[in-house]
Amino acid sequence: MIQFNPADLATMLPELFLLGATCTILLIDLFLKPTQRDVTHWLSLAALLATGVLVWRDAPAQGASIAAFNGMFLRDGVATVLKVFVLLTTGLVFLYSRDYLRGRKLFVGEFYLLLLFATLGMMLLVSAGNLVTVYLGLELLTLSSYALVALNRDSAVSSEAAIKYFVLGALASGLLLYGMSMIYGATGTLDLAKIHAIADFSANSPHRMLLAFGLVFLVVGSAFKLGAAPFHMWLPDVYQGAPTAVTLFVGSASKIAAFGMTWRLLDGAMGGMHVHWTQMLGVLAVLSLAIGNVFAIAQTNLKRMLAYSTISHVGFLLLGFVNGSASGYAAAMFYVISYALMAAVAFGMIMLLARAGFEAEEIDDFKGLNQRNPWYAGVMAIAMFSLAGVPPLFGFFAKLMVLKAVIDAGQMWLAIVAIVFAIIGLYYYLRVVKVMYFDEPHDATVLELPRDRGFRWVLSLNGLALLALGVAWGPLLDWCDRAFAVAALIPR
Amino acid sequence: MDSIIAAFHWFVSTFPTLSMALGLLLLPLVPLIIGVAMYVWWERKVIGWMHVRMGPNKVGPFGLAQTFADVFKLLLKEVVYPANSNKTLFLLAPLWALIPSFAAWAVIPIGPNVAWSNANAGLLFLLAMTSMGVYGIILAGWASNSRYAMLGAMRSAAQVVSYEIAMGFSLVSVLILAGSLNLSDIVQAQAGGKGLFDWFWLPLLPMFVIYFVSGVAETNRAPFDVAEGESEIVAGFHVEYSGAPFAVFFLTEYANMILVSFLAPILFLGGWLSPIQGWVHADVAWYVDWIWKGGWPWLFLKVFFFATAYVWFRASFPRYRYDQIMRLGWKVFIPITIVWVFVAGCMKYFGWVTAGA
Amino acid sequence: MSFQLICFYAFAAITVGAALAVISVRSPVHAALCLVLTFFSTACTWLLADAEFLAIALVLVYVGAVMVLFLFVVMMLDLDLDPLREGFVRALPVGIVVAVVMLVEMLGLIGVRSMQLPAPPEPAAAAGMSNTSWLANALFSQFLLPFEVAALILTVAIVAAIPLTLRRRTGTRTQNPGRQVMVQARDRVRIVKMAAEKPAPAADKTGETTP
Repeated sequence: MIQFNPADLATMLPELFLLGATCTILLIDLFLKPTQRDVTHWLSLAALLATGVLVWRDAPAQGASIAAFNGMFLRDGVATVLKVFVLLTTGLVFLYSRDYLRGRKLFVGEFYLLLLFATLGMMLLVSAGNLVTVYLGLELLTLSSYALVALNRDSAVSSEAAIKYFVLGALASGLLLYGMSMIYGATGTLDLAKIHAIADFSANSPHRMLLAFGLVFLVVGSAFKLGAAPFHMWLPDVYQGAPTAVTLFVGSASKIAAFGMTWRLLDGAMGGMHVHWTQMLGVLAVLSLAIGNVFAIAQTNLKRMLAYSTISHVGFLLLGFVNGSASGYAAAMFYVISYALMAAVAFGMIMLLARAGFEAEEIDDFKGLNQRNPWYAGVMAIAMFSLAGVPPLFGFFAKLMVLKAVIDAGQMWLAIVAIVFAIIGLYYYLRVVKVMYFDEPHDATVLELPRDRGFRWVLSLNGLALLALGVAWGPLLDWCDRAFAVAALIPR
Repeated sequence: MDSIIAAFHWFVSTFPTLSMALGLLLLPLVPLIIGVAMYVWWERKVIGWMHVRMGPNKVGPFGLAQTFADVFKLLLKEVVYPANSNKTLFLLAPLWALIPSFAAWAVIPIGPNVAWSNANAGLLFLLAMTSMGVYGIILAGWASNSRYAMLGAMRSAAQVVSYEIAMGFSLVSVLILAGSLNLSDIVQAQAGGKGLFDWFWLPLLPMFVIYFVSGVAETNRAPFDVAEGESEIVAGFHVEYSGAPFAVFFLTEYANMILVSFLAPILFLGGWLSPIQGWVHADVAWYVDWIWKGGWPWLFLKVFFFATAYVWFRASFPRYRYDQIMRLGWKVFIPITIVWVFVAGCMKYFGWVTAGA
Repeated sequence: MSFQLICFYAFAAITVGAALAVISVRSPVHAALCLVLTFFSTACTWLLADAEFLAIALVLVYVGAVMVLFLFVVMMLDLDLDPLREGFVRALPVGIVVAVVMLVEMLGLIGVRSMQLPAPPEPAAAAGMSNTSWLANALFSQFLLPFEVAALILTVAIVAAIPLTLRRRTGTRTQNPGRQVMVQARDRVRIVKMAAEKPAPAADKTGETTP
């Protein structure tokens, strides 16, 4: 009988710390008056920071993969990088949304608690070494997300978005579970590494059909969670309906986690069958690029436009997988991190402009921003250029890395398709810039900025970071490369 | 008459297995039904005495046949269907209440491994069966197409589901100490040389109290009988029932009460074990040895005590108000049981309580 | 064909039939009851597979608690499902296509099954213990982490349910029965000791006619 090993607890110290901190905040928040909610805010940020420090401090040596709880939980380079950025983007969500929430009577402890629980779920998800842990981490994340989207109960749009998100999310979880059960049936194990060792698609394999069906369901489930076309239906409604603070979370941190899940499932478990899933992902990527970029053009709502832009970015992300090798995954990881940071700026700007009773989510709301506040118009312009992939910004190099990986894989036509759609995408990003710089504002008054100085500073820094990382992207890419290069070398 | 006997012979010789199964099924049911009849008589008698009345005393010696007379009267009465009621569900409801309450008896032991089914997961089976009984009440309330019935059903459903949690936790603490889900093993785990101090009521005293109180609430009996609440909602879920279906509800309720009265001693008071076990060692004669060696008479004495306690409660306590019932269940019982499950775990882990002799 | 196999087919047929009835009967209460039957007969098939703990837990949790609340809600809402069913016939072709795809898939699995290696021995039987205790051992050793994470998910559900449902309306007048019961005589009646009123002197006599 397998015994409980106390050393396992040390392996997942950051997660345990975050759990303990969350429970403590839950208890403290109970005794706070609504006017003292700032305490919850700062405690949550402190918890994220401390967890980040723990993740950083306990980063495993290069190439090491420490397993705990019988392989249920893995701590390796990939998990470390993803966790650091999950914690970072969640911290950005907290920093950006305080005034926004306060203006909408959503400044409640539950927002912080649910986000912290979701963060815990994401950390488990990117560290999962077992199909069961993958599923439970995912559920912890999505269950919190459903509630967060529905947090603004009095808004009909919000409730509609939450119901759509819930129903389609539950369907996706069902598909994922169905696929997992088939793979379990074919291989007799739930452990990702063991599945990797068993699952191959050679002609003499006795469970070919079962594995193939399982693989299809895993791909579909992951695509649902990432929001890749044609499984993207929930995305625009959720982005538009959710409070912008929650949209920021769903669009940044949880995309990083979804990348981690996809990688764990497809490479970690089904790596032996990558010839087959790369084809599927190629189709998904092309569809996502086409649908995302074309539909985004027609949008007048900025949040909805960013949702379609997310779909197209997911297409790019999946292109990184098409390579099926460490360099491709590293490019995809680099891409998802860059996307999360860019989306944070874009949604942060929406929250910066929003007032009580005014969402600033229409593109027209940005008219003439340059005349009202040139600095933040500049920040938004950087975000838009970066999302469009204009050199020398962060987004350009992310696209470049992915395209390089695709060309390395010998899929020249995919690269060409991607470039064509990226150029089409340029149109709607630049339209926002045009609206900000060349249109007359509705009211020419100077923009009234939120009181929260931290928000303004961090948002500006975030925008500048897109510029800085566009110049000095080497270390980050190097970090991503190291995470994968070694992970692929170690015998599984 | 001869033809009936002949048909019986033919049936038994043609389907021996089936006949045996049917016989085995009837074996617990007939005593149970008679027991229910006696219990109803005893309840009326005891309450009568408590009210300084006579109780039933006209039909049969000491009024013993009174219940049978009532049952036959009910069976011969017309079944009235309320207008616009759902007839199928209206008739299904009493059966759905009755079947689980009878099925639960399959795992009740009356001696070491003497049970109709000495199932491994007996305790779980019991919990499952008692939780099914609530359907009968809900369906009765809904199918009657009556507001009073619906209100009674709603109250009952909420109450039963709430108290099931506390009850489940107290059973969990028993199974932690006994280390088994088999009811016979649970009784044997209470054997020892310290007499009644080896039984689980001592380490699990709060659970014992909570179990029995929850049992009273689960069976919708006074002082938790808001599901019937004569003074507010006439008779609750069975207000529209008459004749045989009503008799079935009546039978179910009393069968459930006897079930709880059996479970309380089995789980907490050593079942058939003697309260002076281990203190007296002697072999006198088989008809007195059971007093210290233990045997089914002890079980039935304990059951008799709890069954009477039901009646005693009914005569003594005023009815709880609905919100008080919910408060007691959720805010008092469930927290206590959760804490005590932890305590029971400690008792087992540190060896303060050991199972068996 | 052994007795167990007959039982299995009977329960499986009931499960499928009841599941079909869940989505096809008109009344929502009947549909909920059919779902109860589906759960129950599923539990019976599990019992046949010696998975007694799972079977009884299914009955206990789903039949005994979840479906009771479900039924409760369905009865209280008094749903009119006809508007919801309008799209049923229209969506039927799509539904049938999906069902056929699933069926083909299942046939694919059965095709796989014929090639399958013999099933591994039942772990509980191999370990020589009852299904329940084997499950407990597995849950608390090998699957300890997922077990705890599942508990965490339930916590999230509770935390999430509070902001989504708790609504403090201002201006409503409600009783607090607990406080009402706690009331004592001295909260309601104030007994004041005072000197007895003496009748006014005779000079006041004139005012007596006009009280």
